Amino acid sequence: MKFSVYRYNPESDSEPYMQAFEVEQRQGMMLRDALLAIQAQDESFTFRHSCGEGVCGSDGVNVNGSNKLACITALADLKEPVEVRPFPGRPVIRDLVVDMSQFYAQFKQVDPWLIHKDPMPEQEILQSPEERDQLDGLYECIMCGCCSTSCPSFWWNPDKFLGPQALLTACRFLADSRDQAKEERLDKLEGPYKLFRCHTIMNCVESCPKDLNPTKAIGHIKAIMLKDAI
Amino acid sequence: MALEKQRFDTLILGAGGAGLNAALQLANANLKVAVVSKVFPTRSHTVAAQGGVNAALANVLPDNWHWHMFDTVKGSDYLGDQDAIEYMCREAIPTVYELEHNGVPFSRLPNGKIYQRAFGGQSQNFGGEQAARTCAAADRTGHAILHTLYQQNIRAKTHFYDEYFAVDLIRDDEGYVLGALVLNIATGEPLLIESKTTLLATGGCGQVFRTTSNAHINTGDGMAMVLRAGLPLMDMEFFQFHPTGIAGKGMLITEGVRGEGGYLINKNGERFMEKYAPNAKDLASRDVVARSIITEVREGSGVGPEADHVLLKVNHLGEDVIAKRLPGIRESSKIFAGVDPVKEPIPVFPTAHYVMGGIPTDRFGRVMPSADDDGDHLPGLYAAGECACASVHGANRLGGNSLLDILVFGRLAGHNIIDYVKENSAHRSLDEASVEQAMSRLQKWDAKGDGITVSQLRNEFRKTMEDHAGVFRVEEMMVEGVEKVRQIRERLSQVRLTDHSSTFNTNRTEALELENLIDVGLSIAVSALHRKESRGAHSRPDYPNRDDKAWMKHTLYWMENDRLDYKGVRSQPLTVESFPPKERVY
Repeated sequence: MKFSVYRYNPESDSEPYMQAFEVEQRQGMMLRDALLAIQAQDESFTFRHSCGEGVCGSDGVNVNGSNKLACITALADLKEPVEVRPFPGRPVIRDLVVDMSQFYAQFKQVDPWLIHKDPMPEQEILQSPEERDQLDGLYECIMCGCCSTSCPSFWWNPDKFLGPQALLTACRFLADSRDQAKEERLDKLEGPYKLFRCHTIMNCVESCPKDLNPTKAIGHIKAIMLKDAI
Repeated sequence: MALEKQRFDTLILGAGGAGLNAALQLANANLKVAVVSKVFPTRSHTVAAQGGVNAALANVLPDNWHWHMFDTVKGSDYLGDQDAIEYMCREAIPTVYELEHNGVPFSRLPNGKIYQRAFGGQSQNFGGEQAARTCAAADRTGHAILHTLYQQNIRAKTHFYDEYFAVDLIRDDEGYVLGALVLNIATGEPLLIESKTTLLATGGCGQVFRTTSNAHINTGDGMAMVLRAGLPLMDMEFFQFHPTGIAGKGMLITEGVRGEGGYLINKNGERFMEKYAPNAKDLASRDVVARSIITEVREGSGVGPEADHVLLKVNHLGEDVIAKRLPGIRESSKIFAGVDPVKEPIPVFPTAHYVMGGIPTDRFGRVMPSADDDGDHLPGLYAAGECACASVHGANRLGGNSLLDILVFGRLAGHNIIDYVKENSAHRSLDEASVEQAMSRLQKWDAKGDGITVSQLRNEFRKTMEDHAGVFRVEEMMVEGVEKVRQIRERLSQVRLTDHSSTFNTNRTEALELENLIDVGLSIAVSALHRKESRGAHSRPDYPNRDDKAWMKHTLYWMENDRLDYKGVRSQPLTVESFPPKERVY
């Protein structure tokens, strides 16, 4: 199977280039297996990966124009030559490895932890199955970054718009019956950019490897704000 | 160029459940704590834990910590230290409540309490009816816990060194550990972190085997650092093969599938676990189930064109239960096995999963470097999580006790470090020679020229370990295995990097990891060769019985001359009576 892979080493390359590789395709092979095979041919080829089963979120890359996790992307589903690039819109450190610091900083901006102000009970804080259901589709995020780097609103305002991942996280805590900081959380999202730059283009939904729906989460936050305003 | 230095009260190597739970206690107590991780914290392998964490909350069925303790001692095939096991089972309860308070999105029961499921090796009333002790967040419990702990550490302002690789510990002449040399992966710059206390929380070493549920990062780095520092590893021959990895691939299918009512069948559709474990059946202990599957396949009852695996039947649970309780498993089965468990059974075979052995510690997380039963701990050095051996798992770990171990002992190490730093507030002076030794470990990879590649030697090594130190182990095969691994270690000096750049050089970090893997692999092979009995996960067809008289003792392995020594099992619990060894049947 033919691949065209983005290469850039700041120490030796004046600019990035695409390099062709060929990998023998085996039954059931994933894109990560192919990237490892490429690495065996050329040890200087660099990408992040770890769990190999789509839970650690390390190996997000841009494949034939879409952001995907390499370890759960079947080669059988890809058109040749497979073009593999780093996430768009991020500074490239080397080859497919991008600098994710802005993405993590945005995550931190939404106070991504449970805030429970009452004294803690001796046992668990009670939560009904229905209340717990509200977290489904929100808590499973693996912070791979596929969504944020596929979002045009993020490309235009990366320093102001929080991006789908951080907003999904904000919604995860707003939706938690145990959380007692709803007002503060909503105040933090006020203004024209942080939340409201989302124009429901839905690229984030398309690219999420865990089938989560940040657009819906953002809509949900907007709805809470609207309800509170009235 | 001068080596950059930073100082902290505590240095934690590793950002999985153990490292992050320790860091959280320390940061909440306003200690200056640095967490070094070779990956961004939420990518640590705790994230992949599926089924859950054991605690006798009694939310679903009657339960108490003493029953949990009995099951753990029995599960360990009487090699676990009963003081540490009692402590863990008692502390399980407040530890899980604390996690819930920190925000872990556990699944819930109709009364609002935490959902608990049945898991293997669990019983009520000291070996009676099946218990339900495993607290679960669907089948993504590790993910839910790791993310929550990372989130709380952000709040507590823990200082993270993300994507820094720990090269080696720094020791002085008296043996005190004073910190570590670490490598900034993105820039290739070394950094010296000085600390009053150091916690090793570097996780497991499942990459020593070719077929494994473990991530690429699980290369036994902390264990190998300990070996190079002249300290021993304990009970390394005890390596758990999880019964249900996806056949031919190794990805994990949680025991929770069987806990929810799934069961194994062979090519005749026969529910074969009834033969091997008439009472517990599919929920017998992991070592028992793994051996049963391999026996079925060897006797010709395997499934598939190669007759090389068995099937895990789930579809009778119905789509609702599968969607609610096992959504991640459905996803993995579809992606990696091409089957939807709602319709078809999942092809499974045992996969290397978890190392029961590790860095010997007492029940306070302090590293114990001596074979002497009353031996002293090493002041200021701690270990917790899969890299450590307290020893709570003995010869076989029960499902749901791994998350428990890392969380309880990570938390506890944090508390003990707080006390230690109060009494030892000064940094000891740093030994330059020790720093140079660590630097030389890095610099030797600067050698250029032709040689073997990292991946060539790694593939050969992992295959050798699989062939010679797997589920069933006999003398000749193991003698050969030890010899082969020794030769592989010799050939490490012929490995050359083809990439010598500074920026994000994975060729270099993988070479450092390979070195760690080989050192740890040899500790497994040598320890296993010398234990002439079958106990828990260590199964010797040439010595099929457990031999309590000769072998109810822990193995200690030192790298120098592959030296072994032994120390007694601590059979005396803290407050209750000892569980004496009995025949182990399920």
